[in-house]
Amino acid sequence: MSAKEPASRPRLRLRLRRRRRSGEEATGAWYPRWYWPTFAFPGTLWVLVLFLLPFYVVVSIAFGTVDPVFQSPLPVYEPWFWTTKYLLEEWDLVTGQFRSVEVRTLVYVLVATAICLVIAYTVAYYVARFGGKRKGLFLTLLIAPFFISYLMRMLSWVELLQPNGYVNSVLTFLHITPHPINWLAGVPFTVVVGLVYGYIPYMILPLYGFLDRIDQSQLEAGRDLGANPFWTFVRVTLPLSKPAILASLVIVTLPMFGDYYTNNLLSGSPKTTMFGNLLDNSMEATGQGPEAAILVLFLAVFLLIPMLYYMRETAKAQRQQ
Amino acid sequence: MSKTVSERPRVDRRSEGPVPPAGSRSTRTPLGWWRNPWRRPRILATLTWAYLAWSLLPVLIAVGISFNSGRSNSVWQGFSTQWWWGHPSADPSGALFVSPELRAAMIQSLRLSFLTMFIAVPLGVAFAIGISRWRGPVPAGANFLMLFSFVIPEIIVGISMFLFFTYLLKFVHLGTGGQLLALVTYQISYPVIIVRARMLSIGKEYEEAATDLGASPTQAIRRVLLPLLYPAILVSFALVFADTIDDFITVRYLSAGANTEPLSVKIYNFSRGALTPAINAAATFLLFSTLVVAVIGVLLYRRITRGQRGQTQEMTEHLT
Repeated sequence: MSAKEPASRPRLRLRLRRRRRSGEEATGAWYPRWYWPTFAFPGTLWVLVLFLLPFYVVVSIAFGTVDPVFQSPLPVYEPWFWTTKYLLEEWDLVTGQFRSVEVRTLVYVLVATAICLVIAYTVAYYVARFGGKRKGLFLTLLIAPFFISYLMRMLSWVELLQPNGYVNSVLTFLHITPHPINWLAGVPFTVVVGLVYGYIPYMILPLYGFLDRIDQSQLEAGRDLGANPFWTFVRVTLPLSKPAILASLVIVTLPMFGDYYTNNLLSGSPKTTMFGNLLDNSMEATGQGPEAAILVLFLAVFLLIPMLYYMRETAKAQRQQ
Repeated sequence: MSKTVSERPRVDRRSEGPVPPAGSRSTRTPLGWWRNPWRRPRILATLTWAYLAWSLLPVLIAVGISFNSGRSNSVWQGFSTQWWWGHPSADPSGALFVSPELRAAMIQSLRLSFLTMFIAVPLGVAFAIGISRWRGPVPAGANFLMLFSFVIPEIIVGISMFLFFTYLLKFVHLGTGGQLLALVTYQISYPVIIVRARMLSIGKEYEEAATDLGASPTQAIRRVLLPLLYPAILVSFALVFADTIDDFITVRYLSAGANTEPLSVKIYNFSRGALTPAINAAATFLLFSTLVVAVIGVLLYRRITRGQRGQTQEMTEHLT
């Protein structure tokens, strides 16, 4: 804005001075100080009351006491009265009795995430680089799982994997197995494949979004410098996509650690219990005291670093756009 | 537009065939085919199509099973609509549109999703607009919490909400009220993230132009910024709806008895025990309602972005 025009109009000059005083970066117009906060206020209040406060309740229960008669938790809201008695009791369970469950959860999640990454990267790479005219179709098909209920997708596998279901009839028809296999009776393989099936769409889309934005001239430079397609991929594409790979790994591992339903639907057997099941069981059983709150706290602390990492990446991506 | 590498081999192929690279005589032999840098990525293509079949065919089969004529959930026994509308000769109480339990659940599902959608999206959009121009520790902290609610596993939100309504905010009853508050809390981050990304790519110039031409701040937002944000807002509506109607994790803990359980919770409960094709019909109903909302969203999107190019790409950018 040039200095001549506004100088002739007193109201505008006042506006300019006010803006300078408020110390904000110069925008095209003057907005009152309360203007932008008004927009953000309802949302801010909502997350403060309904997202932050519930966590305080969880912490108050975890550090609280227990009703001596009903064994129900009695939250203690004053930090100076907090006790760590029940927290330490649960910690003993978590480091002792529950250890096999935690190791199993870790193994399932790691294996499922690794399989997810291999398949997701392949698909995302193909669609991003070789999608050509069919890109729109591919994208529609890749987005479709987002609009199909998770339950619907699991339900369809529950039905396919029944002892008399279509998976078994195909396998016995091809003489791969002589008898139908009971896939749903606590088979770790079923649970891991179920996890892969459930979460892989969340990995493909971010990977695609990133691979699609890679500048083709960088790949051409790799080829011009003498690398064959394989080495161009290893030396150029893969290192470039490292941040996207890390972010997508976090996207799928976070919910997997809290997952109990995939397991319950596809197995339901104690042989495949995961950490999420411990949480869910503590909610279903009454008289467990503050167990649910303490387990939630443990899980949140355990996942804090990957969560913070992902938040930082999201914020960074927003700034770069 | 720059030519992509992927387009090149087809051109080469049509003219005089690919130049065999050093080290292999012919592209006809398997080794030569493997070494040819311009060969079509058949392996990748096969894997991609296999993945797509694996991810979508089971769902199509499950939709088909909802029209099964027998009681089986795993084997096709012929076509009928008895699990949707009931059949005079069979027990009609098991059908989706006849059973009072499933009908009530269906209504609860739709009620929760529409209410959540119409509360969470305006709140989130207003928040995103406000936060992009309001600097300071308070907005930064609120934005941090928004991102946090986006990445946190849902079971943590569900359990902490249950404890919150049971021990502190006792006047909020479990049931529709509690479910709604929890769902909005969990969903509010979607519109915030999508709209913020869109705002950052729009920039401030259009709004500044509007105010320079004499629009008041409110007019600039209503007549310039909001229309530019419509695509992002539509995507948020569709995503929040799809995610809410399918949600069973948060909602299950906050249901007060069987009469406030939405369809998704019913499907979860039945999937572990008595499976009938009516459950498939219920899941298909959820799929269908999401599809209707998505199609409405796409049609509105087309109307709004008429004459603009690269719609699909842009829409997916909102999602990634």
